[in-house]
Amino acid sequence: MNNTPVTHDDLNRYVDSELPAEDMARIEAWLAENPEDSAMVHSWRSQKNRMHEVYDSILDEAIPPDMLTLLDKDQRRKPFGHTSSWMRMAASIAILLLGGGGGWFLHGWQSVNQPYAATSFVQQAVGAHRVFVSEVRHPVEVGADQQNHLVAWLSKRLGTPLRAPDITATGYSLVGGRLLSANALPVALFMYENATGNRLTIYVRATDTEENTAFRFDDAEGLNAFYWVDDRFAYALTGPVARADLMTIAHKVFADFNQPAL
Amino acid sequence: MQQYHHLIARQIPHLRRYACALTGNSTDGDDLVQEALTRALDRLHLWQPGSNMRAWIFSILHNIFVNDMTRANRRPDVVTLDDSHEDLHRVTAQQDARHQLRDMQRALRLLPDEQRQVVLLVGMEGARYKEVAEILDIPIGTVMSRLNRGRTALRELMLENTDDFLRQIT
Repeated sequence: MNNTPVTHDDLNRYVDSELPAEDMARIEAWLAENPEDSAMVHSWRSQKNRMHEVYDSILDEAIPPDMLTLLDKDQRRKPFGHTSSWMRMAASIAILLLGGGGGWFLHGWQSVNQPYAATSFVQQAVGAHRVFVSEVRHPVEVGADQQNHLVAWLSKRLGTPLRAPDITATGYSLVGGRLLSANALPVALFMYENATGNRLTIYVRATDTEENTAFRFDDAEGLNAFYWVDDRFAYALTGPVARADLMTIAHKVFADFNQPAL
Repeated sequence: MQQYHHLIARQIPHLRRYACALTGNSTDGDDLVQEALTRALDRLHLWQPGSNMRAWIFSILHNIFVNDMTRANRRPDVVTLDDSHEDLHRVTAQQDARHQLRDMQRALRLLPDEQRQVVLLVGMEGARYKEVAEILDIPIGTVMSRLNRGRTALRELMLENTDDFLRQIT
């Protein structure tokens, strides 16, 4: 048996799991024979538990609006600081060449270029993503455990048969969803999470635009987003995911929404 | 820079819990968090991508707290802490548990700031000693001695009878 004296530092490390593995046996043997130190370790552990009992409820609380406003304002202060004017010009030309013309998509770009104007579809989607993914305990209204109920409910509110896309092959599983509103229209938000806690959202609402669009990409607000219009519904897939990976997921999401209703 | 906002947003519930425990009430705590967020957003260009966001933003909050305290608006107003919870005294079944929770709040507020910080960061936020050293900008040895003194003091404070406790501090 190693006779190095056990110090308070050792006991603190023991309580906080900072002790090297090779010291565990020595400390445990010491505690077995020293009831005073053992009582102290017990008391330190219960201090930790009690602090959690007193303060953990704060983690459940909604983030105060002032704090969200702060983040939101900062995002809009220089929302497209990294996009030079020629890039925006090039993008505008590209839109015209694509033949999309006016309609919903161009409207989106106009408001993108005027940060203080009404927010575009993709900005709304990214905004909703940001608000709800940061919720620690209440990210969704209805959890994935009630997926049938969730899908039926959101389908009814949006007036179209929806489904929660299955993107488990990309490592993301459904957390759940919620109903939101934007421009007085109902919006469905689905949230997904991977093993490391990265969260994606899919934002869906009806649109007046009759023309379908290809996938559009936006990283202007930091998060990457693909968005598109398909059969009078606008979709946005948002997350802190590299563009190529997000594209793969977007294809899967698009395909799933296009399957015939169950 | 905006791509890091979600990393900051994710820390907000933890910042609020820590700040509430540190200042002793949620109003002062939220003020502290609000100020820390403002400062963090102003300095986001100084944050090293890939480095520890939690340590960075907690250290900003810590520096604001320290500066506020030296501006001498200190008020460990222990006795009024539970004035709003008079009804607790009528509850007998849960009284013991509630007392213990109140005692934890009181005891924490009686600790010197530097000990309370370490005790909360390690015990409640689950920060490693190394991370606490980074947040508070002190050596690990100092983290450990403050932790030990803080825990020892907390234990003594918690063992004391509430009446003695009140007599001692009023």
